[in-house]
Amino acid sequence: MFATLSIGVTLLLVLLLARPTGLYIAKAFQYETTRLDRWFGWIETPVLRLGGIRRDDQTWKQYALAVIVSSLVMILLVYLVFRTQAYLPLNPSHIANMEPTLAFNTAISFMTNTNLQHYSGESGLSYLSQMIAIVFLMFTGPAVGLSAAIALIRGLAGKPIGNFFIDLTRSITRIFLPVSFVMAIVFVALGVPQTLEPTVIAHTLSGEVQEIARGPVGSLLSIKQFGNNGGGFFGVNSAHPFENPGAVSNLLQIVLMMLLGTAIPFTYGKMVGNPKQGRVLFLSMTMLFIVLLGVSLSAENAGNPVLNAMGIQHEQGSMEGKEVRFGMVQSSFFSVVTTAFETGAVNTMHDTLTPLGGLVTISNMMLNTVFGSVGAGMMNVLMYVMIGVFLSGLMVGRTPEFLGKKIEGREMKLIAVTLLIQPMLILAPTAIALFAYPETISNPGFHGLTQALYEFTSSAANNGSGFEGLGDNTPFWNIATGIVMYLGRYFSVVTLLAVAGSLAAKKPVSETSGTFRTDNGLFAGVFLGTVLIVGALTFFPALVLGPVAEYLTLKP
Amino acid sequence: MNLIGSSIRLSLVFMLVCGLLYNLVVTGIAQAVMPKQADGSLLLDEKQNVIGSALIGQTFTDLRYFQSRVSSIGYHAAGSGSGNYAPSNPDMLARTQASIEAWQKDNPDVPLSRLPLDLITNSGSGLDPHISPGAAEAQIPRISKLTGIPAEQLMAIVAEHTSGRELGFLGEPVVNVLELNLDLTKLMQ
Repeated sequence: MFATLSIGVTLLLVLLLARPTGLYIAKAFQYETTRLDRWFGWIETPVLRLGGIRRDDQTWKQYALAVIVSSLVMILLVYLVFRTQAYLPLNPSHIANMEPTLAFNTAISFMTNTNLQHYSGESGLSYLSQMIAIVFLMFTGPAVGLSAAIALIRGLAGKPIGNFFIDLTRSITRIFLPVSFVMAIVFVALGVPQTLEPTVIAHTLSGEVQEIARGPVGSLLSIKQFGNNGGGFFGVNSAHPFENPGAVSNLLQIVLMMLLGTAIPFTYGKMVGNPKQGRVLFLSMTMLFIVLLGVSLSAENAGNPVLNAMGIQHEQGSMEGKEVRFGMVQSSFFSVVTTAFETGAVNTMHDTLTPLGGLVTISNMMLNTVFGSVGAGMMNVLMYVMIGVFLSGLMVGRTPEFLGKKIEGREMKLIAVTLLIQPMLILAPTAIALFAYPETISNPGFHGLTQALYEFTSSAANNGSGFEGLGDNTPFWNIATGIVMYLGRYFSVVTLLAVAGSLAAKKPVSETSGTFRTDNGLFAGVFLGTVLIVGALTFFPALVLGPVAEYLTLKP
Repeated sequence: MNLIGSSIRLSLVFMLVCGLLYNLVVTGIAQAVMPKQADGSLLLDEKQNVIGSALIGQTFTDLRYFQSRVSSIGYHAAGSGSGNYAPSNPDMLARTQASIEAWQKDNPDVPLSRLPLDLITNSGSGLDPHISPGAAEAQIPRISKLTGIPAEQLMAIVAEHTSGRELGFLGEPVVNVLELNLDLTKLMQ
């Protein structure tokens, strides 16, 4: 009963917030003068002046180039911070400089909104690095994703693509900074530390010495969740009592993770001038989400049959790798949300999930269309929408149209390449890892395959959670996942912006009774069918060898 | 080139605003308004020495104390982590088997069916400050026998340190082991 109630209340809260947030985002990116210009002018005007930015419209090529170049600049800046952190100030716990392949991996990881972490925050980063490298990219990473998605939607709506630097700035000043600031204070009130003092030494009740790591956690935590970043201040992320002290902080983190992903379909509906277009996608994704959540809850509730057979009291469900204050329900719920919304924060160790609970998390990332992360998720969803439209067009023998524009050879070629790159990025390096570096995999049997598969799926989908038993801080894993994360992010940004540019340049065709509609229940079915068929065809064999085989062989 | 110049300048501005200013302003406000939470909810003894944090678990090897959950890192809060054992991992099954045997040796009066799973599984953080109320109650017969404190009295302090679901419906009921043992110490004297 408490399970249903707590999940129901959380989802209701998100449902109430999604539409107003979506409409607010649409307004925040309008280039016509709005009231928001006055509210945020005091910070935006100096930022843009210091950056030397003018408000010119860019072509899709200029926009994409600006995305690539500014991201490279930020990766480089942060790389330099990691490599020199020992010499820089605000390092009270005397953390050493980061090793080159790890710094390469970490800089890309945070720029691409992935937040895969091959280091442990307590021992790998100085406070300065946590602030000017990690938190800095936690703002700009999702802001790049959101900007690109807005540009794509503008293109689909037949408007000019916009200016990347203006969009980037507005994402941060109008959306990410205000919410993160307020929520950081709330999290501290709930018990999350926020200090520049070093690790504290405690003399425990049993007479032992306990070192307790702490730091400026609250300010990182709010943007970590709200920007779908997911990288923890501490090694175990939101399972750490300092990074998630109780059930209320847990609820707020879940809501923050879900907020932008659920809002953007409404932004899309508003910007293309037909709210039903957005609502159809929102409802389709909600259905996928609910089904996957149900599977995870029932698997985690059933627990591990081998442990259950040992005669202990096991009404709690699976508890290995989980925290008592969250219990099975809030842990399972969190694991589904963090992978559906491509955040990658964890409050339970995903390696210890039951086979089917783990299967849900990995499926979320492979589909990458159950809402997905800020911006990037919506771009991927719109790509599947166009594939759905194209397939329907083929079936009835008409040139497919989407939002009044013909989808033709050039767009479909770009989309097909984008669609093919994702399995390439996941399956090929997984095979290499299993073949060449089996010693880095900590669990024997089928689960070992899942560990490697999970790591690359998480990298390609820019999720960033891990099956943490993997010995992943080695040059191979650092460089391989670094490359996968980079391509997983920027390849589709460029190709989809090209699609947007190409569609925006076309003459609109008028809608007739023969036009295939993309704002009704039939299209929801087409969209879901496309997502599931493409996803299943691509990944089913790998899933059978990993989690499904583990499930079938797990007997007392 | 203009693009590269603008990218560098804007990046540095955001590094300053989002990286430095944002963090420092939040830290300033947090330290001024709620220093206790901001410093890590530290627990002090009469002499103002730090004995731990209300949010971070500790190891209790002395059988007269309530025991915490299994921790692969021994509650060393300089780091955090778990064994990350898959449900099919033979090492995890062996560890659980060993925990069960130890439990039966130390708690001969409590049947295995009253031992809740959380007490013999590794928490996610390795620092879990809590156990379930059932896991605390199951330890009462042992502690009562070793310390001579009547079971009813122990029952009372467990009840006192049991926090219900937050807001009445969120999360799970928990017992904070360190705070419970601090009270237990007073009863022992």
